[in-house]
Amino acid sequence: GVMAAPRDGTLSWFLALTLGVSLIKFLLIKAYHSTDFEVHRNWLAITHSLPVSKWYFEETSEWTLDYPPFFAWFEYGLSHIAKYFDEEMLVVQNLTYASPATILFQRLSVIFTDLVFVYAVKECCKCVQGGKRPRDILGSPSFVLAVLLLWNFGLLIVDHIHFQYNGFLFGVFLLSVARHFQGRHLEGAFLFAVLLNLKHIYLYIAPAYGIYLLRSFCLIQDNSDGSLKWRNFSFIRLAALGIIVCSVFALSFGPFLALDQLPQVLSRLFPFKRGLCHAYWAPNFWALYNAADKALSVLGIKLKLLDVAKLPKASMTGGLVQEFQHSVLPSVSPLITLICTLISVSPALFSIWHRPCGARGFLRCCVICALGSFLFGWHVHEKAILMAILPLSILAVESKDDAGVFLILATTGHLSLFPLLFTTPEFPIKILLMLLFTLYSFTSLKRLFRPECCLINTVESVYLSGLIPLEIFCELIYPLTSWQQTFPFIPLLLTSVYCAFGIIYSFFRLYGILLRGPRYTTKRKSH
Amino acid sequence: METWAVASICVLLGLTARWTVSLNSYSGASKAPMFGDYEAQRHWQEVTFNLPVRQWYFNTTDNDLKYWGLDYPPLTAFHSLLCAHIANLINPDWIELHKSRGYESPAHKFFMRATVIFADVLIYIPAVVVYCLYLAQGSSKTKSSALLCILLYPGLILIDNGHFQYNSVSLGLALWGVLGLGCGHDLLGSLAFTLALSYKQMELYHALPFFWYLLGKCGKLGLTGKGLILLVKISLTVLVSFALCWLPFLFDPQQTLQVIHRLFPMARGLFEDKVANVWCSLNILVKIKTLLSVDTQIYLSFGTTLLAVLPSSIKLLMKPTFWQFRLALMNSSLAFFLFSFQVHEKSILLLMSVILSAPPFVLLSMLPLLLKDNLFQPYIITSLGFIVFSLYLFSAVDRSSVDDLRLGPCCRLTGTNFLWFSFSTVVKLQFALSVLTMAGLSFMSAALEPPAKLPDLFPVLVSACACVHFLGFLLYFNLVQLTESPRSDKKKIN
Repeated sequence: GVMAAPRDGTLSWFLALTLGVSLIKFLLIKAYHSTDFEVHRNWLAITHSLPVSKWYFEETSEWTLDYPPFFAWFEYGLSHIAKYFDEEMLVVQNLTYASPATILFQRLSVIFTDLVFVYAVKECCKCVQGGKRPRDILGSPSFVLAVLLLWNFGLLIVDHIHFQYNGFLFGVFLLSVARHFQGRHLEGAFLFAVLLNLKHIYLYIAPAYGIYLLRSFCLIQDNSDGSLKWRNFSFIRLAALGIIVCSVFALSFGPFLALDQLPQVLSRLFPFKRGLCHAYWAPNFWALYNAADKALSVLGIKLKLLDVAKLPKASMTGGLVQEFQHSVLPSVSPLITLICTLISVSPALFSIWHRPCGARGFLRCCVICALGSFLFGWHVHEKAILMAILPLSILAVESKDDAGVFLILATTGHLSLFPLLFTTPEFPIKILLMLLFTLYSFTSLKRLFRPECCLINTVESVYLSGLIPLEIFCELIYPLTSWQQTFPFIPLLLTSVYCAFGIIYSFFRLYGILLRGPRYTTKRKSH
Repeated sequence: METWAVASICVLLGLTARWTVSLNSYSGASKAPMFGDYEAQRHWQEVTFNLPVRQWYFNTTDNDLKYWGLDYPPLTAFHSLLCAHIANLINPDWIELHKSRGYESPAHKFFMRATVIFADVLIYIPAVVVYCLYLAQGSSKTKSSALLCILLYPGLILIDNGHFQYNSVSLGLALWGVLGLGCGHDLLGSLAFTLALSYKQMELYHALPFFWYLLGKCGKLGLTGKGLILLVKISLTVLVSFALCWLPFLFDPQQTLQVIHRLFPMARGLFEDKVANVWCSLNILVKIKTLLSVDTQIYLSFGTTLLAVLPSSIKLLMKPTFWQFRLALMNSSLAFFLFSFQVHEKSILLLMSVILSAPPFVLLSMLPLLLKDNLFQPYIITSLGFIVFSLYLFSAVDRSSVDDLRLGPCCRLTGTNFLWFSFSTVVKLQFALSVLTMAGLSFMSAALEPPAKLPDLFPVLVSACACVHFLGFLLYFNLVQLTESPRSDKKKIN
């Protein structure tokens, strides 16, 4: 089994880190918040003022309830505290209501539910093996991991400026991962089932969980050569898993099944009417595909190979739209994206089936599933990159190869989040926080793996340094030119395309590590 | 981790704190017709940009001195002129003569906040970094912790980036002066301090120690040989830099007099508003402001200030070491703050920038000002953070033995050795008491309504408490400075 290295000294440094980041979160209360703020206020109102039967039918606001039932119950719980701050926010008709008390309550709710994340980080730090110099706390993997997770740039700006509850959700996810590391698989499965019913985007990682639990939990012992021994298949364990998962789902969807509302709920959770890409193209494969399509059509017109009249309207100057009609390359439907996603993650799933590497292999497979679905999924949000970055942090503090991939993925992923905060007062804050996180991650990871030479090679460092002129161009120079009025989407397109290269590269690097087998700094036995 | 990385992270954290506090409201926001310090700075940009230099300090048809007239030395005016030129490039409406009064917009707010941070990054932060990394003693961990704590000091952040002022420029320049003197570059140090003095006249609080230290140093080198040469060089540097800063105003004696008159408004009386000063606290019991004439008040405050500063000045003159110099800075600023004429609450910042162990009362005394500006939230957060982190990083409460507090010589002189074992508990109690009082008074000031007969109850209480604490500190630091033995010269604080 995996091992918690005994930690010396008190947890005072962990408390200090938590307090520090919490103080920054408090200082960000007055910052800009996006429409997601109104989304959650609306859900507070819906769950508080209306009976359960109307929750998934309510349509007064455009921000209808599209998360699974557990999250609705979570908002219901919050609404009971909300009424002590400002009762007006709980009225469904008060669209875009944002009094100071409302803002304070919502921000505080994110900060306090982050405590789940803090607890999960503490559990993860316990699972990480101690460094060679146990007396040097600041250089130990646990400390570095705590900073990389608690002070994660993406989480800070998405949760505490843009406004979402990702801290809470990632807390449940990381806690589930920690439980698997500690060998408490049933708890881990239970937490993941709960997570699926809080936000269904985690379905992307469900295959990894399924294969891992079947292979490493239900099959108790392997043959001496590591191959399957079907006789050791434990039906009891399978049944236990089944009961846990099914009861969680029953608790969640039961009321709606009884009310005969299941089709409506599912249609809310999986709205395929939206376009291939989000309004801002997440830096995934389809962004490159769209960009190539645009470039080819421009080229085609210049070379007189295409007729402008036959092209779809507004494909030239329309910029980044959701319903993107491809002019040159073939169109993409939701089914194609699903097939692509499955193809991209199946080698990883096969790998942990045939050659299970314990909990770490499972975590690596989670990251690959998250990245694969980010790269090939339908209507992906750029925030989904956090689903890959956060778990990768755990692997990064233990293996030199993972650390290298983490640096590339985290830096490009975080930079791709910049367009989320487009207001002027927040501009310096996002630059400062990004510099803080990037500087710390580079110096601390380099120090962790000190005897070995650098974590990223020359080509990669050139690519990463290219992010700086890209950012300067997109945010400082471009708005001052005349093209800002005619082609306002160019900076977004450039950022998206440039970051997509980095993320796709990280995806392939991770596959390389998985298939080759990772090199750890200390020797360990696999599970 | 390498020092440069740790220092960069501390600086980035300090800047993040500054920018997030900048998101909040500023002094006088939307409070027509007079607004506040923010409008005053904007108005100075307007005046310096549109009017010729000879009109800046005078009451003319174009320049109404009653509406935020210039009352800082010329370097502030030149700084405003520079900002005005940049503002003109972005949006001339911001500084249009007369029409731009009370101009408020999100873009303008961003511009003004950016000028403060720019000044911070250019002058104050490098001074703090150099000071902590090269002049402070201790392990690299201690130095980095000191750097972080100074950069996160709430007082300066809340006043400069919240309320809105440019204290970081004058404090930064003064700190460069201290650094120059500490590294042996006396000329550069004097130059920097002269610039600081030409930026804000409040730096006079720190002027006497500079003077006595340099004079004493020249004296030690021998007043007939090298000492005289050094004295001449320093005097020339100071005079030339003063002349350069005040150049436009030196041609006409009327101009010079008017500027001096604006800088030191004698007609206003001993104090204004509630400040943690001896006169304000004394006023609760004896209404000296109305009992004595303005002239008597001036002489009284002048006399008591000089008296309070005398012991530390003499000691510094006789023993001009860097450690004595720092103690004298502390004592001089405390003395001036407590006894001088027309002291403002913000002057309190001058006290705590150079030495780390800032007591909570400095922050508390600024509370009434911050409440007026709707800065209560950032005040609580930054104060909490600062106190918790300085406690965590320095285990301050443990440094309360007699040796650490440098009261050893004093105890030996007065024969109070028997108090030794109970001393640390007394200090710990005092620290805990001050934090508790701060919390209590903060809560009361923000949450409760004062009784009708005493509408100023809370600001007065806060000021009086702080004043008592500062008197205590004045006594303590004077004792430390005066009783320092020659051998303990090598050790320096933190």
